[in-house]
Amino acid sequence: MVERPSARYLLDRGLVYGFAVLLALWVLVPFYFIGVAAFSPRDAVFEYPKELVPSELTAETMAFFVNSRGVIPSVINSLAVAAITITFALVLGAPAGYALARFRFPGRDGFQLAVLATKMFPISILSIPLAVTFLRLGLYDNLIGVALVHTAMALPFVILVTSGVFVAVSHELEEAAQTLGCTRLGAFRRVALPLALPGLAAAAIFTFVISWNEVFAASILTLRNRTLPAQVLSTLADSPLYYKFAGGFFMVVPAIIFIFFMRKYLLNLWGGK
Amino acid sequence: MSGGTLVAGISIEGVTKTYGKAPALRDVSLEIREGEFMVLLGPSGCGKTTLLRTVAGLERVDRGRVRIGDRDVTDLPPRDRNIAMVFQSYAVFPHMTVGQNIGFGLRMKRRPKDEIRRRVADGAELLGLVPYLDRYPAQLSGGQRQRVAVARAVVMDAPVLLMDEPLSNLDALLRLQARADLKRLHNEVKRTTIYVTHDQVEAMSMGDRIAVMRDGVIVQVDAPMEIYDRPATQFVGSFIGSPPMNFLTGTLGGGTFSGDGFSFPTGRPPVSDGRTLLMGVRAEHLTLGGGDIPARVLVSEPLGSHALITAMVGKTPVKVQVPIDTRVQPDEEIRLGIQPGLVRWMDQATGEALP
Repeated sequence: MVERPSARYLLDRGLVYGFAVLLALWVLVPFYFIGVAAFSPRDAVFEYPKELVPSELTAETMAFFVNSRGVIPSVINSLAVAAITITFALVLGAPAGYALARFRFPGRDGFQLAVLATKMFPISILSIPLAVTFLRLGLYDNLIGVALVHTAMALPFVILVTSGVFVAVSHELEEAAQTLGCTRLGAFRRVALPLALPGLAAAAIFTFVISWNEVFAASILTLRNRTLPAQVLSTLADSPLYYKFAGGFFMVVPAIIFIFFMRKYLLNLWGGK
Repeated sequence: MSGGTLVAGISIEGVTKTYGKAPALRDVSLEIREGEFMVLLGPSGCGKTTLLRTVAGLERVDRGRVRIGDRDVTDLPPRDRNIAMVFQSYAVFPHMTVGQNIGFGLRMKRRPKDEIRRRVADGAELLGLVPYLDRYPAQLSGGQRQRVAVARAVVMDAPVLLMDEPLSNLDALLRLQARADLKRLHNEVKRTTIYVTHDQVEAMSMGDRIAVMRDGVIVQVDAPMEIYDRPATQFVGSFIGSPPMNFLTGTLGGGTFSGDGFSFPTGRPPVSDGRTLLMGVRAEHLTLGGGDIPARVLVSEPLGSHALITAMVGKTPVKVQVPIDTRVQPDEEIRLGIQPGLVRWMDQATGEALP
């Protein structure tokens, strides 16, 4: 005989799910309206009351946004900055993560703490001195300069994520490869690297999103060579509402795609399963 | 595999290795003969795995030399040492099929393709892995993964085979089977083998010789039965054998051995300075009835093929192995006899055996 769940249990479950649904709506509803506005005719933005299900879908608004002056070049700038950032962050961060994962060295814990501590300084405080320094170095209004700042912002995450990735690849695998004829480097390349690749890809995508969405440093450190968020921000006050929705949608999509691919690694990183 | 000429002895001379402040190996020397199956046995933390890893080249030594054959390999990386190794975790590469795993070392050595194919097939045949060549390790059982690790090492045709507790991750039944398989394999390929284990039954059943280690030192190196019958120290006597060797503490005088609550005659001439001694004797070397040692039964455990009696000699519990049909009652007074010549005398202070 199946026992009926108690009223208490049903109430508990109901509260938990109700709260979860509420939280989900809180996040999803704005996304939904941004998406709807981005794919509705331009005038639909001003209609009131709003229809929950749009009566007409069109790519016209998105086309207007994409064809606006400065958008295409800023997208190219954004992609370039992200590519440079990913390269820098992985080249610098992955070896640091590997070292943290494999070696016990004096100051290891301190180093790990220092990596996290860099996140304590808000970019808004660092921006002005950075802008001054970049002006002196000739890096101002330069994509490399923006990429360097984004690298600094992404590095702590990349180091911690990759160290988690390499911890998961047993050291004995690399040792086995060495006894089977590999050099230390060869063992890394043939065994540790292929096994770490999904995790490294996740770190790369994470870095991409950090760079793609970063607006503050990009706005302060560039003038003509704007990245997309900086471009949108600089024209925000003068642009029509539907432009803002289209821009918002354009910027949020990579982050959403990223979350789908990254979920597993982020949960691992934060102790879930 | 290719011929029986692939042999090299191993010579470890005065190897010392320290982690931080704790010494893992202290001036260890060991000669392993060509084709010999040498077991390194000891409790965890005794340095046996560290010693194996110094032979493999995965651990640098602080002092001492390691020679394989007539080559000094002390400063060579693992791949230049002509060794093959089986790891405790098997370390089978998860992103390669069984076939690719077995052939990995040969590919690294840039052997011709058809030779690799032939030797992988031979190795798979030897370890019964032919049906699994195209599978990935995740699709294999623990026992199959263990065999992949062994096959991968054996096809290398390295004269030295190193094994680090290869059976410790298998369940009890599979371990019995794998133990017999490994011994058969050794008889077929005759590599010089160093085998690390903490399991004294494994050591006894597989080793040509056993090196018993403790606290970074080799305590005794000998053939299994030699170690069993004539342990060099109290530690070896109590580590090897199930149940462990019995030890009675006392002094010799006037042809009697007397200690806390017992006194019985013995044939051993006393030591000159009257030191406190340990008398070590195995459970199966004690006989029930008609002996000189008075004892009182504590408990009797029938174990199928024989029974194990725990009895008090004075204040020391002693295990006695008796035929299964022996009937004794708790608190019964019995007399134990000893088969002469099968007793080990040790110095109580140092634990070392007397000549």
